[in-house]
Amino acid sequence: MTIGVQCVPQSKKGKFEIMAANPRIIVVGGGLAGLSAVIKIAEAGGKVDLFSIVPVKRSHSVCAQGGINAAKNLKGEGDTTWNHFDDTVYGGDFLANQTPVKGMCEAAPGIIDLLDRMGVPFNRTPEGLLDFRRFGGTLFNRTAFAGATTGQQLLYALDEQVRRYESEDKVQKYEGWEFLSAVLDGNRVCRGICAMNLRTMEVRNFPADAIIIATGGNGALFGRSTNSVVCTGSANAALYQQGAYYANGEFIQVHPTCIPGEDKLRLMSESARGEGGRVWVPRKAGDSRAWNSIPSEERFYFLEEWYPKYGNLVPRDVATRAIHRVVFELGLGIDGQAMVYLDLTHIDRATLDRKLEGILEIYEKFVGDDPREVPMKIFPGMHYTMGGLWVDFNQMTNIAGVFAAGEAEYQYHGANRLGANSLLSCIYGGSLAGPKAIEYAKSLPAAQGDGGHAAEKKRQEEINTGLMHSDGTENPFKIWRELGETMTKNVTVIRYNKALKETDEKIYELLERYRNINLSDKTTWANTSFAFTRQLYNMLQLSRVVAQGAALRDESRGAHYKPDFPDRDDERFLKTTKAYFAPDVDEPRFEFEPVDTQFIKPRPRRYDAAK
Amino acid sequence: MAERTVKFEVKRQSGPDAAVVWDKFELPYHPGMNVISSLREIAANPTTVDGKATTPIAYDSNCLEEVCGSCAMVINGKARMACSALIDNLEQPVKLQPLTKFPIVRDLMVDRSVLFENLKRVKAWVPLDGTYDLGSGPRILPQVQEENYPLSRCISCTICMEVCPQFNESTGFVGAATIAQVKLFNQHPTGKVLKEERLHALMGDGGIQECGYAQNCVQACPKQLPLTRAISDIGRDVIIQSVKDLFTT
Ligand SMILES: Cc1cc2nc3c(=O)[nH]c(=O)nc-3n(C[C@H](O)[C@H](O)[C@H](O)COP(=O)(O)OP(=O)(O)OC[C@H]3O[C@@H](n4cnc5c(N)ncnc54)[C@H](O)[C@@H]3O)c2cc1C
Ligand code: SF4
Ligand code: FES
Repeated sequence: MTIGVQCVPQSKKGKFEIMAANPRIIVVGGGLAGLSAVIKIAEAGGKVDLFSIVPVKRSHSVCAQGGINAAKNLKGEGDTTWNHFDDTVYGGDFLANQTPVKGMCEAAPGIIDLLDRMGVPFNRTPEGLLDFRRFGGTLFNRTAFAGATTGQQLLYALDEQVRRYESEDKVQKYEGWEFLSAVLDGNRVCRGICAMNLRTMEVRNFPADAIIIATGGNGALFGRSTNSVVCTGSANAALYQQGAYYANGEFIQVHPTCIPGEDKLRLMSESARGEGGRVWVPRKAGDSRAWNSIPSEERFYFLEEWYPKYGNLVPRDVATRAIHRVVFELGLGIDGQAMVYLDLTHIDRATLDRKLEGILEIYEKFVGDDPREVPMKIFPGMHYTMGGLWVDFNQMTNIAGVFAAGEAEYQYHGANRLGANSLLSCIYGGSLAGPKAIEYAKSLPAAQGDGGHAAEKKRQEEINTGLMHSDGTENPFKIWRELGETMTKNVTVIRYNKALKETDEKIYELLERYRNINLSDKTTWANTSFAFTRQLYNMLQLSRVVAQGAALRDESRGAHYKPDFPDRDDERFLKTTKAYFAPDVDEPRFEFEPVDTQFIKPRPRRYDAAK
Repeated sequence: MAERTVKFEVKRQSGPDAAVVWDKFELPYHPGMNVISSLREIAANPTTVDGKATTPIAYDSNCLEEVCGSCAMVINGKARMACSALIDNLEQPVKLQPLTKFPIVRDLMVDRSVLFENLKRVKAWVPLDGTYDLGSGPRILPQVQEENYPLSRCISCTICMEVCPQFNESTGFVGAATIAQVKLFNQHPTGKVLKEERLHALMGDGGIQECGYAQNCVQACPKQLPLTRAISDIGRDVIIQSVKDLFTT
């Protein structure tokens, strides 16, 4: 491979411009998506700068529990990548573009092999082969897993490979740096990033020929969620305000089984049901008996009764709405509260320990009960962001040179993500984005002038100076709490247009109050509340995309459910929502784009019978 | 009835060279609260018990479910993870201090990058030929997986290093976590191709010989890694390797 720069004829006039033969790529985010991209670039001989708020080994991907899907068909069930493709498209209520989903499902078995070769301690069968379990929205055993800490094991395997490249000087890590914005030149082509050192609070520009955004989801818009603290969506929101389309923002996944908590909704993975866990409530409202004195005929296993074919393993949107119905319409929540049982007590301890220990430990540590002995009490919670930066089939956003992968983009899950498909889409998307970014960068003409660097740095520094001199009265953490409360109340499981409108008005009010913010810490060393306050502004802007997008979509599809429009409306809404920021009005505008349905014709989605 | 409250005393330092101060806080009690949720509540209203306005406390956290390894600190004298430290189980006042063996960044934040450097030193990875399709990985019996998996659950929290009497500047000891990772990769059918290099990296100053078998690590590890066993297994391998080296050099 040639190193350095080459002269290549560029324009029709035959003028020669310099372009990079050995491009410099920046990857923002060190979860599964970001690390996959880094590995591919380093392997191809490229140079990568990797940015992450937290040390990459502490990225949110570490939380993933249940597993990763691939139709390896090692259980003699006749599973195929086509089945996986069909389950994914059907599970997503036909909103996902089919070409990329098909590519992902076909690549999945190879991805599992690769992870296996990297040393991921997947659970094994007696013959030493990979073991697979069931997950929601499929009738096949298709989910590979490493106990109940699959994300941790996958993240570590990729982290180790990246550390190896780092020791060979092919990767430079910038941990503890936050991406603030892309640097765009006069033609709106990306020339690098502007980032902030979270210790010195220094703002600095880093030139690059292409950047890959892999900054994960945005659970923090909802206050409490199953996500990690840094999942604020701030990077995405910054790019959206710089002109990137944000697609399908209204599609967020509320996971049916979480432990409600003060600071976080802790997930009890779908794998608990994949291994045989059953969801139930007492049949009689107000039944105050202890769980073990309620005989089985007086227990209402509502998912099994309502959805006999899939039972407890219906997709998440379906399970979540069922729990809502049982609790709020039928009034059958345990002790009259918003809780239902997730019961594993009929499964033997050895199996539970071998396959689910990681999550059982979480329940034990945070609730104090042993779920091997007593059923867990759970309730749905905000979990995953189906929407994200709009990208083309090469993972590039509409801003030239800005790529995106992982939960940060929108492409693989449509209106509802199937369990264990996210880790797959992160690794697949990242592995695709890396080489595509190199390809793009290799034919990128050199920037004119400074490529917009000075102007962008100045813009970001001005934001910081403004905040540092703020002397208002509004506390950022209180604004955030109010945002989370409204979003959770009105923009999660059940959506009404009136409430959505009120939500948007509320966010507008919060944005107004933001202008009167008071920063309780104005120091310039490791100032975490300053960084958070910056992110909060972006979160508010992005929340409007979610709320307004939900208001516009007058139908019910996947996770988006409007009782006033209970049916899917393919004629009007078999379309990708694309929001863009309109600076003049300081709010989103929307476009709709047809969905690629060339392989599987949309059909009604129902889980009470086989597909 | 007076509202039930929780009292905190937090050791603070606004930067590596700044003076140490202790701030006291008092919060209304809620069921299920933990140290991190309390720190967040303080951030929303950073006022000490004597009514003095102060800055929010700096600390590290991310997952809030004890799997990312960010939030290690010393709580009531014991090194542990703050997100899983439930207030119900803590004596009051709850005393929070940063880990003591790592450079202070600010308040409860410390710099633990030494662990990641150590992992580099011992080549804690499986050296792949490449990410292109080479078919499935090696067969591994369930018994072997069950032995390796617990080692792979290390969250890099550095608590084992914090509590180790030998982990200090004068020994430069790598610490238990790194040794456990050496064991993990030396046991992997492909990873073991680097076994000798890893064992060499653990010889000499700062290597495995510095371990004094105090066994604090294994008791403090929040993920219950079998650390003492890993240390004795790798210790034995290092000795065997040094004997081999004698005959090959
Ligand atoms: C509790 C839980 C369990 C789950 N279980 C499963 C499962 O079993 N199977 C499955 O398929 N999926 C699961 N998921 C979903 C899956 O874990 C995530 O979707 C996935 O890990 C996201 O990975 P990512 O690489 O896109 O981003 P993340 O892992 O979220 O990483 C984001 C990265 O970006 C960095 N970053 C963010 N903002 C910035 C910024 N402004 N500047 C610099 N860096 C930044 C962060 O530091 C981090 O390194 C689960 C999710 C949760 C919450
Ligand atoms: S071995 Fe245990 S104590 Fe040490 S870093 Fe790993 S998880 Fe923490
Ligand atoms: S915040 Fe991740 S371990 Fe405590």
